[in-house]
Amino acid sequence: MQVAFELNGDPVNADVEPRTTLADCIRDRLGRTGTHVGCEHGVCGACTVLVNGEAVRSCLMLAVQAQDEKVVTIEGLSGDQLSPLQAAFRKHHALQCGFCTPGFITTAHALLTNEPDADQERIREVLSGNLCRCTGYIPIVEAILDARSHYARDGEK
Amino acid sequence: MKPPSFAYASPSTLAEAVNLLASGNGNAKVISGGQSLMPMLAFRLAAPDLLVDLKHLKDLGTITIGDDGVRLGAKVRWCDIENDRRLVRSHPLLAEAIKHVAHYQVRNRGTIGGSLAHADPSAEMPGVALTCDGEMTIVGSGGTRVEKASSFFTGPLQTSLEPDEIVTELHLPAWPATRRWAFREFARRKGDFAMAGVLLFYDLDHRNCAVDAHIGAIGIADCPIRLSAAEAALNGNAVTEDCIAAVAAAAKESIDPPSDIHAPGAYRRALLGTLLARGLQHSIS
Repeated sequence: MQVAFELNGDPVNADVEPRTTLADCIRDRLGRTGTHVGCEHGVCGACTVLVNGEAVRSCLMLAVQAQDEKVVTIEGLSGDQLSPLQAAFRKHHALQCGFCTPGFITTAHALLTNEPDADQERIREVLSGNLCRCTGYIPIVEAILDARSHYARDGEK
Repeated sequence: MKPPSFAYASPSTLAEAVNLLASGNGNAKVISGGQSLMPMLAFRLAAPDLLVDLKHLKDLGTITIGDDGVRLGAKVRWCDIENDRRLVRSHPLLAEAIKHVAHYQVRNRGTIGGSLAHADPSAEMPGVALTCDGEMTIVGSGGTRVEKASSFFTGPLQTSLEPDEIVTELHLPAWPATRRWAFREFARRKGDFAMAGVLLFYDLDHRNCAVDAHIGAIGIADCPIRLSAAEAALNGNAVTEDCIAAVAAAAKESIDPPSDIHAPGAYRRALLGTLLARGLQHSIS
């Protein structure tokens, strides 16, 4: 089946089987391998992308369901410079192997965009959907807390 | 794993969706958020020939609050319930229970219709529907019918839905502002399946005694269940420490939870009693 959607601001299309997940389509058909596939059944959060601005698990969505939607992956969140979240992750040593990092950054970006005042408790609650086996979460939470100042409610920036 | 092969259709009307399901000879499934179905496909526990996506169906994503209670369209997502501040007053038990459903990303796509139709024994939404005397509106080839939650859930991941039927709405009866209530569940990690959970509410009569007690449990049987022995132990009594102990004892006596890799049955039984007692204590505080 043909599917067409917007990926990181660009129109894309791909010929996929209906069973192809959005994650596999993005990685294998469209060559954006920043989105990582860990568990493939909605537990680990590594494949988190933004669909119409909302964090979703791209392994739990069919590529054909993304027809006409706006999809943003980790590649879409930074240009030549590190984004504030990426810089905070580096500063706080919030990653080691880096496998889970795209999922954490996309999730945290969606959270802080919608809730720039998110407190530590809220951040921890949201991160409960992402697994990291290296860092132990504390530096990840610290990095996201640190990056909050770069996100502001409309009109306050 | 990768899901097995299937065909995919995204009809633009409910009638078309029902026709597609009917044409599937029992091997067509509805998909919307897919947050329960996609893992089932990935594990190959489900292998439908056809998925019928409700994506283009209008009018199924509305939350309506009126004198007759709350009506949730089948495509209402967990995040929609979370963000609708009216529900904290109009149906506090629903609002509280939904806080415990899955994780942030899943809550952006998972729907109430999907949860009801999937009928996981540990899921919160079926527990809310059953405990609150909810009624499902169901549309199929034979027309539209309304079914009470008490007869809808028939077993683990099993409902009374026919292969060509779609849940379109859940109605929860009106919630008096003075109603006493509690929700308690326990999972080892936030968002995981509950090992046991309790949903309860009751009203107080002029003598300050509990009436119309509704006590439901999730995670301890093949499907959500009402704890009628515990309800009987609560009805007509002042909610004292002694009463709470008696209600919890009646509940524990009346259930026979299964053992599995997550917990032995005896643990679930004890857990349910503790959660029920804590919930009742909270309801009088």
